[in-house]
Amino acid sequence: MLLEELNAMADKEKAARKQIRIRCCMSAGCMSSQSAEIKQALDKAVADRQLGEQVEVVRVGCMGLCGQGPLVSIDPQGVLYEQVTPENAGSIVDALAGGTAYAQQGDPKNPFFTRQLAVVSRNGGRIDPERIEAYIEAGGYGALHHVLHELTPAQVVDAITKSGLRGRGGAGFPTGLKWATVAKSKGDRKYVICNGDEGDPGAFMDRSVLESDPHAVIEGMAIAGYAVGASHGYLYVRAEYPLAISRLQIAIRQAKQHGLLGEGLFESTFNFNVEIRIGAGAFVCGEETALMASIEGRRGQPRPRPPFPAESGLWGCPTLINNVETFANIVPIISQGAEWYAGLGTEKSKGTKVFALTGKIRNNGLIEVPMGITIREIVEDLGGGAPDGTQIKAVQTGGPSGGCIPAKLFDTPVDYDSLMKVGSIMGSGGMVVMDDSTNMVDVARFYMQFCMEESCGKCIPCRAGTVQMYNLLTKILDRKATLKDLESLEELCDMVKHTSLCGLGQTAPNPVISTLRYFRNEYLALLQPEPGEENASHNGHITESATTR
Amino acid sequence: MHIKAVKPPLPSQDKRWKIIDAKMRKLGYQSHALIETLHAVQESFGFLEEDALRWVAKSLRVPPSKVYGVATFYNFFTLKPQGAHTCVVCLGTACYVKASGHILEAIEKFAQIKPGETTPDNQLSLLTVRCIGACGIAPAVVFDGNVSGRLTSENAIEKLKGYIHAS
Amino acid sequence: MAVKTLTIDGKAVSADENDTILQAATEAGIKIPTLCHLDGLGDVGACRLCITEVAGSNKLQPACVTKIAEGMEVKTNSERIQKYRIMILELLFAERNHVCAVCVANRHCDLQKLAADAGMMHVRFPYQYPQAAVDASHDWFVVDHNRCILCTRCVRVCDEVEGAHTWDVMGRGAGSRVITDLNQPWGTSETCTSCSKCVQVCPTGALSSKGKSVAEMVKKRDFVTYLVQTREERL
Repeated sequence: MLLEELNAMADKEKAARKQIRIRCCMSAGCMSSQSAEIKQALDKAVADRQLGEQVEVVRVGCMGLCGQGPLVSIDPQGVLYEQVTPENAGSIVDALAGGTAYAQQGDPKNPFFTRQLAVVSRNGGRIDPERIEAYIEAGGYGALHHVLHELTPAQVVDAITKSGLRGRGGAGFPTGLKWATVAKSKGDRKYVICNGDEGDPGAFMDRSVLESDPHAVIEGMAIAGYAVGASHGYLYVRAEYPLAISRLQIAIRQAKQHGLLGEGLFESTFNFNVEIRIGAGAFVCGEETALMASIEGRRGQPRPRPPFPAESGLWGCPTLINNVETFANIVPIISQGAEWYAGLGTEKSKGTKVFALTGKIRNNGLIEVPMGITIREIVEDLGGGAPDGTQIKAVQTGGPSGGCIPAKLFDTPVDYDSLMKVGSIMGSGGMVVMDDSTNMVDVARFYMQFCMEESCGKCIPCRAGTVQMYNLLTKILDRKATLKDLESLEELCDMVKHTSLCGLGQTAPNPVISTLRYFRNEYLALLQPEPGEENASHNGHITESATTR
Repeated sequence: MHIKAVKPPLPSQDKRWKIIDAKMRKLGYQSHALIETLHAVQESFGFLEEDALRWVAKSLRVPPSKVYGVATFYNFFTLKPQGAHTCVVCLGTACYVKASGHILEAIEKFAQIKPGETTPDNQLSLLTVRCIGACGIAPAVVFDGNVSGRLTSENAIEKLKGYIHAS
Repeated sequence: MAVKTLTIDGKAVSADENDTILQAATEAGIKIPTLCHLDGLGDVGACRLCITEVAGSNKLQPACVTKIAEGMEVKTNSERIQKYRIMILELLFAERNHVCAVCVANRHCDLQKLAADAGMMHVRFPYQYPQAAVDASHDWFVVDHNRCILCTRCVRVCDEVEGAHTWDVMGRGAGSRVITDLNQPWGTSETCTSCSKCVQVCPTGALSSKGKSVAEMVKKRDFVTYLVQTREERL
């Protein structure tokens, strides 16, 4: 593939564009609500009304407002339809010819859309993820060409470092530093791994990127391979994402066919191949060393670090592991420059973050916002606030490793350090909104049950500690626990946090610690007096009613 | 002394063994192909039966205990045959907060089985999963591989009946 | 091989640059409690009993897998570490069904000794009383899962020293169990060579020899380093 050929493909694709474009979301969420049938209905309606010359119906990826799906959008009019059905899909086409659409109209000017900043999600919902031509028309693979012909590997690492990009999987480790370490590590064979084992319940950002813009991730991995000296990549995707896996398989095949994966890319000496590896249902495999064990065909148990994967990873070789969203940021950084990226976000948290905004909130879906935006802006402006009659109580970030942030702290900016200060973490991007009907002790137990079931079993603090903590939380919820039990719970949290082998155990106590910090009264209200002390007063705690907040 | 690796024969004439063998061959019969191979076995047979595990162990030259350890580590793999229909209730955070726990209880009551079990007439297997990424349409349940969202306890039972009686 | 100096519990110690904190401490006569570690076997850093405080880091480091560095300041027995160690041991006792009075390993048990040395007087956590089986199908050995602490020494010695890899772990979390072959009775295993290495390295009475009384069930472990070193010499 030569640059001329790439540009020719882009031009050809552009020339074939029709005047009016109907975009139909076909990501997993909308597909489960019959968006495939909707597309068929739209195609048929266009054919029936003989509008094929002016109108095209395009399958696209995620448009973000998943709670109102299936979504259909019309360019250039900028009309949005929500909760479309196969029955009313035809009327959308009628409306183009002067008729009436019976589908519910959405508002593209809603802050949910207007307050977003699309970097990672730039192509999502706009291009057909199953056609490489569409990706190329949108500028795809141009960054790879630029890198191979105009930058040295060291310059690429430098650009990523200057951009300030931090790992989007949750830890926020400086990406440039990771790339530099792998690049420096000695070894004939190195690997690039994309961590698509998005296991946090409530998070589906990575699924959306893989289903909507798979080539962006592949191109990002290839650029990383060039930068660190790896010619082989693995895309580890969880088995629960069959559509993402299928779209990746199509994308890889198409990239190979066009010489954008394989030997001598763009007539350079750089070779890069990508293989998909499917997970098998283990949250712990999102941990780097467990993920590598899984690729090696073993039980997904983490191992002590050091040595870090950057020095000794897959089969003992230097390995670069990054999250899907991290890779999806690479092409924009290379195309638009590190300075541009470093101009987004805050001083220590550059760029944007994709969040899965779900729970008790009006607008459920995926949003991409600049770092530094406050939780309040996300909840009230983008999220549209609480559905009628409810009061939002807290927002949970970081999944089972994170914490709950109470409403009084909603002016906290969303960046790595600020979230840690209030006792939570950025995490991978899950953001669950909870209202006054949510029992925070129950939330803590929900996450502890998850950690207990997902614990790999290797180290004692996590394996046995999560069981004991889960039992204590159940005892509290069953109103059979005393203050001594609460103390025991807190002691266990401290021990498990500081002695566990890997991040799963180390962060399993976080939801408990965080809810104890901000919602301690909910715990205390459930406690019983010590046996034999039923009549003693405990500073009024035990007699507090359960409805006190 | 160099011992020649002998490939074990296919367990039977069933064509599905050939498909699984092809998968192993594609990955060079290397030990790291284990998980991909187990996926192929489960896809072909619906579950991982003992003969299959022994044959895969011999083909990839992996100790049987290691194969068993891997097969039982991952939630996705099952060593027991599944029912004619499967119902997977998502218990991820977004679904949980929207009462998927109640949906699970309703299904448990309707089918008289707990998650991980199959009804005595082998018609239905009930499972739970910790997030399928359909959080925007929570609460979600997967009926025979098809994701359904925005469910309530009532319409979840209706949908379930529909899938069971459709066969 | 370069020699480095470091401080362990205030004592100046010199060690080889490739030594772990545990190796350096042992050579200097400083005892650090361990369970999953056994000289001669690959270390996994799983039991977390050998955790140490290293100056300059707020993370506790397991001594068995952490390499020493020049000028390192290590504390192996602070109050905090002692507190955590007892809790870990208590968690172990509460996790399965450990009844010393009727166990063949009574008085010769690593777990029992560690608990006694650490000053564990009682177990504060509720006992879980899991259903765990006893498999006496092998002609010469018995595996009692009630006494297993999942240290995986048996798995590692069978894999690394004997080479048969008869043992592995099935399941996950607290439901994990050590298994032979396809989770079948030990006596029917096709890979087991009956070498008894696993029995010898097992720290508790989970693996024992048939026909041995309590007084006789003393385990001998020197063979591990002997075999490993002799093998290395040959290469």
